[in-house]
Amino acid sequence: MIGRLGAIAFNTYREAVRDRVLYNLILFALLIVGSSILFGQISLEINRIVLINLGLSAISLFGIVIAIFIGIGLVSKEIEKKTLYTVLAARPVRRWEFIAGKFFGLVMTLTVNALLMSVGFFAAVLYVSHKLGRGDLQLVTAIYFILLEYVLITALALLFSTFSTPVFSSIFAFAIFAIGTFADDLRGFAQMANGLPRWLMTGAAYLVPNFASLNVITQVAHDVAVSPKLILLNTLYVVVYTTAVLTASVWIFERRNLK
Amino acid sequence: MAAIEIQGLEKSYKTGFFHNKLKRGLQPLNLTVEDGEVFGCLGPNGAGKTTTLKLLLGLVFPSGGTAKILGCDLQDISVKRFIGFLPEQPYFYDHLTPLELLDYYAQLSGVDSSERKRKVDKALARVGMSDSGTIQLRKFSKGMLQRVGIAQAIVHDPKLILLDEPMSGLDPVGRREVRDLVQELNEEGKTIFFSTHILSDAETLCDRVAVLNKGELKGIGIVAELLHNVAGDMEVVWNGAQAIPALSALGARCHATGDVVRALLPERSLEAALAALRKSQARLTSVTPVRTTLEDYFLARIGDEKPNEVNA
Repeated sequence: MIGRLGAIAFNTYREAVRDRVLYNLILFALLIVGSSILFGQISLEINRIVLINLGLSAISLFGIVIAIFIGIGLVSKEIEKKTLYTVLAARPVRRWEFIAGKFFGLVMTLTVNALLMSVGFFAAVLYVSHKLGRGDLQLVTAIYFILLEYVLITALALLFSTFSTPVFSSIFAFAIFAIGTFADDLRGFAQMANGLPRWLMTGAAYLVPNFASLNVITQVAHDVAVSPKLILLNTLYVVVYTTAVLTASVWIFERRNLK
Repeated sequence: MAAIEIQGLEKSYKTGFFHNKLKRGLQPLNLTVEDGEVFGCLGPNGAGKTTTLKLLLGLVFPSGGTAKILGCDLQDISVKRFIGFLPEQPYFYDHLTPLELLDYYAQLSGVDSSERKRKVDKALARVGMSDSGTIQLRKFSKGMLQRVGIAQAIVHDPKLILLDEPMSGLDPVGRREVRDLVQELNEEGKTIFFSTHILSDAETLCDRVAVLNKGELKGIGIVAELLHNVAGDMEVVWNGAQAIPALSALGARCHATGDVVRALLPERSLEAALAALRKSQARLTSVTPVRTTLEDYFLARIGDEKPNEVNA
């Protein structure tokens, strides 16, 4: 089972890294990180803050874009191109293994991308600050949270990919990401409402993935420490939420006729 | 033990905007494919051939009935280790080379890592692709992809090989090579089940065939026996155009070239035709039975029925 899962994951990774679009996106993200040095130079005394804000936001956003654009095709493209047939029809591969393999393959791709972009980002920080200290470990925490964002959005894109077309899947995934980014505001808004709207909004606020709590970019840019408790809770949250989403994906995919 | 045992297997699809209409993709089907035989599943487009294959392979779920492959239930995924499958118009991961693709599939089929390279090389050699192993599949023609498709179906040395339209898209040389390969595999003891609408291939290769149309089994049996039951035509050649009206009246299709006339007529009308020729004093040259083909049987079974619209 591990062998099959690993083979599917590695094939997904290999497919992604052989796609030139991916390199264009990474290059573009690195350009933005580089250009944030210039923005910093025209912002008196806050050049480091600008660099961290822009740099980490670029890593987050471009990773999310890559996760959605690859994630939405993980299953639907395989069905459309019928590449899935030779995997599921005549190999002892269970459908859940296929879903899990695809998921881990894309997460592996995104992790490597994040590492590449992070190297560029830390080079820029070193250039601006002339040194890297223990305080910069907060930046690693912020990048870890960005990775957690990737994991969540990959699972969601994969879920949509099991039952919808790539176009609709991308719309759903971007919409969920946008709503999840404002999850805290949605909860605050729910507190202000009464009766049924309050219940509905509270329900929706807890149902959408809370990307807001994974965004500590502004915090670390201002050298405010991220508590270990938040790291633990965010990790647990992403593990539980991702498991639930992947379970739903498998549930749908197990019942689907592959016509 | 039968390689494939199908009992009442059927498939219906819900169609329409509200999914409130039911379309039969396959009527209850009973079929047995014996171990070691080459079995052809014939039918026009939309007859239910691909649906049958997809049901057997667990790509779509049956609405009723059961089936066993190599003695195992369809739900038993471990049996797939012993099955090879070539889908119709195969499309593979085009970022991979044939070597990488076959290695990937062999790995998924549970081929031991120490065995993989040898088996991959052997499969590529069997389809004549040894020299193209390191070229990305996106650069391949349709015929080359079909060869890779066959290689992936046999790379793990399966006992049962299911081929969906294996000759489709191939030129005459390619078709001949695939035919030879199917025969070779069969001689090695493998059971071959293939669907096709190229009847001459089925006639050459198959021990037995089944004819499907509109999702329904129209006939099944040994090719020679099936052909024996189809009434054949006779070809009669003579000199003397004056006999044409009399033979045309008997249902003969006459073609005259100068004074020589060639006519095709049903076997049952032969005696009457010969009598008519004698009466008109025409000089008889030859009387030859026209060989019945699988196409004749096929057309006799499906008649004028229009093919089903379900393509799944």
